[in-house]
Amino acid sequence: MKLTISTSPHIHGGGSTRSVMAWVLIALLPAGVWSVIMFGLRAAVVIAAATAAAVCTEYLLNRIFKKSFTLGDLSAAVTGVLIGYNMPPQVPLFIPIAASVFAIAVVKWSFGGLGANWMNPALAGRVFVFFSWGAGMTQWTLPRFGSAADAVSAATALGGVKTALTNLPPSVHGPMELLAGSGMPVSYMDLFLGRVPGSLGEISALLLILGGLLLCVLRIANWEIPVFYIASFALLIWIFDGYSYGGGMFSGDVLFHLLSGGLMLGAWFMATDLVTSPLLRGGRIIFGIGCGLMTFVIRVFGSLPEGVSLAIIFMNILTPLIDRYMTPKRYGKHK
Amino acid sequence: MIKMKTFSRGGVHPRDFKELTAACPIRSAPLPTMALVPFLQHIGAPLLPKVAVGDFVKEGQMIAESNSFVSAAVHSPVPGEVKDLKTIYLASGMKSTAALIEMSGDFTLTGKPVQHRQWEELSNEEILKILKDYGVVGQGGAAFPSHVKYTIPKGRNFEVFIINAAECEPYLTADHRVILERRDDLLEGLRIIRRLLNPKRIVFGLESNKMEAYKLLQEVSKEHNFEVMLLQKKYPQGAEKNLIEAILGREVPSGKLPIEVGVINANVGTIVSVCHAVRDDRPVIDRVITISGGAIKHPGNLLARIGTPIRSLIEECGGFTEEPAKLISGGPMMGFTFYNLDTPVTKGTSGILAFTAREAHYFSQTACLSCGRCAEACPMGLSPTAIFKYIDNERLDDAAKAGLDDCILCGACAFSCPAHIPLVSAMKAARGRRRRLAVARKDKG
Repeated sequence: MKLTISTSPHIHGGGSTRSVMAWVLIALLPAGVWSVIMFGLRAAVVIAAATAAAVCTEYLLNRIFKKSFTLGDLSAAVTGVLIGYNMPPQVPLFIPIAASVFAIAVVKWSFGGLGANWMNPALAGRVFVFFSWGAGMTQWTLPRFGSAADAVSAATALGGVKTALTNLPPSVHGPMELLAGSGMPVSYMDLFLGRVPGSLGEISALLLILGGLLLCVLRIANWEIPVFYIASFALLIWIFDGYSYGGGMFSGDVLFHLLSGGLMLGAWFMATDLVTSPLLRGGRIIFGIGCGLMTFVIRVFGSLPEGVSLAIIFMNILTPLIDRYMTPKRYGKHK
Repeated sequence: MIKMKTFSRGGVHPRDFKELTAACPIRSAPLPTMALVPFLQHIGAPLLPKVAVGDFVKEGQMIAESNSFVSAAVHSPVPGEVKDLKTIYLASGMKSTAALIEMSGDFTLTGKPVQHRQWEELSNEEILKILKDYGVVGQGGAAFPSHVKYTIPKGRNFEVFIINAAECEPYLTADHRVILERRDDLLEGLRIIRRLLNPKRIVFGLESNKMEAYKLLQEVSKEHNFEVMLLQKKYPQGAEKNLIEAILGREVPSGKLPIEVGVINANVGTIVSVCHAVRDDRPVIDRVITISGGAIKHPGNLLARIGTPIRSLIEECGGFTEEPAKLISGGPMMGFTFYNLDTPVTKGTSGILAFTAREAHYFSQTACLSCGRCAEACPMGLSPTAIFKYIDNERLDDAAKAGLDDCILCGACAFSCPAHIPLVSAMKAARGRRRRLAVARKDKG
């Protein structure tokens, strides 16, 4: 008889790193399919290039440093897909490739590979190429379907608002009117369904929310992060964003800000990255609120239209500090 | 629906597989023709043999004891001749001297009418002496000598006696069957405990998957003046400290014993042993064991003599359906693997599981994802991943500060870990290393 000798426990609750990552890919799939519908096959090419670059980089580093094979955990594929989702449709292909190589080689591997990276590799890759090749990262395309096809210029909703705000015409109340007046009319439904220009995987709030909910139900993503992220951001926008349009307190356009830009992709799929978010519930709540606050600050007061990537990276960096102070309440220790 | 109590932190819900044996009445295992009786069947001082090779022993005769207070004697489970005294490995991996006894001659306990001792006339000291000399130890697994547990240290205020019938380990149903089939012995054991300790309350803690046992106890609870508390099915409900918290809401301070919060805990089987020792004049020479797992043909509950080779228990259950991939002594969450079918039953053997290759499926380890599932599962409110990382970096003092010694090794963390990190294994190894370092430091200066 061949018997295994091992330490307890001898049963397992199920799940593995691979299954966690596989579920993330499944949850991301609808938004990817949507991008192909809206922007054509070019979208698939961009996502595939980013993914292939991430996986190949992981493989080469495995070989060069003679580490055990880590492609099977699918984490490199998740990073690659997320980078693809953060690209504009007509981006030159070298940009997603450069982002993936940077994400895997510099951000993930130089700190020790999966589990040791201190910021989300996909976000780091996106930010790296955004500041390196800004022009290529802001070439927007009109989607093939939807009312936004009437628009005369292709810009993201947030980008359009940011530009138009520098020269705010009188008697405009809120971002929706501003966009209509600038030749980029959109409806809330366009934003919700994703019939607007934007990065490939970020446009459909609906599909991202569904995917994110799936991950929360499976307890792969921690619900505290998206919930507190979105709620704190919405609250701040509602209270303060009215000022941008000459309104008072409590008049911000919450719906517009929730549905546009990378907020949904970021809140459900990037901020919830297990490695770079806090261990425990209390810490995750702080993390979520911090993300909401930083996104608000960057979007409303910054020179960039979007703030999600930088906000999450900022909170990634704070995560070890949060974990240090948010420790569980130990049995028999509290007296 | 009553809201059932449970412990407050963490916990996991493994599938319990109790349906395999929950309805199997206790039946007797064959007597061992060659009994191998280890002397290390308790926590405490080592025993010295009282027999030599070639001696004939009676059934139930004391064969090893110690003068030290923290110890419990060991007895011959069968009449016969001592063939050998040798060193063996127990299922737990511990080394022990053991007496090999070849069965022969007349049985002086089995099949003879039981003379009930008038234990009411005994003093408490006499009762405690019987428990020590008759080898009564905790049967939940730790095997701590009962007379030590039932000796309340001076200045401590004892209030509640908790009977641990949670049996939270999957597969195991021995305690459940004991309640169903040996209730009268259990109640008599409780009378002895009441006389000995005079508790303000006696509380049974059961998980909600043992309704039959709950009803049977509830029937007589008024008459015998105890409480039965139904607890949520959640692992590790039966861990001493967590059970106390579940039932009383009290937390045993770190590094202290339950008596610190006025509690003494005992397992169901232990109380039955108390009854047998004190009332029936019968030492601990057998116990009820669940034999289960996918590789066992007819899983069941056996009353087996101490020293019986596990091989014969498995044969009694119809043998293997297929070649097992893993043999476990105890439950699947905290039990020990062993490889030698000649390993004997001890007082602490609550179950024997034979797992198929599918049940024993091994996952390869990946890097920690910092997902926090381990910390969410920990019933002691620790952060296993943080402790593991300290251990991994040889920072044992930091690991201790983070609660290494508070860990109860329940395995809820490793059960939940998607990266399949051997957290329990690391905790055990680190504790061993810390003990050795402490000894080395002491030797030096």
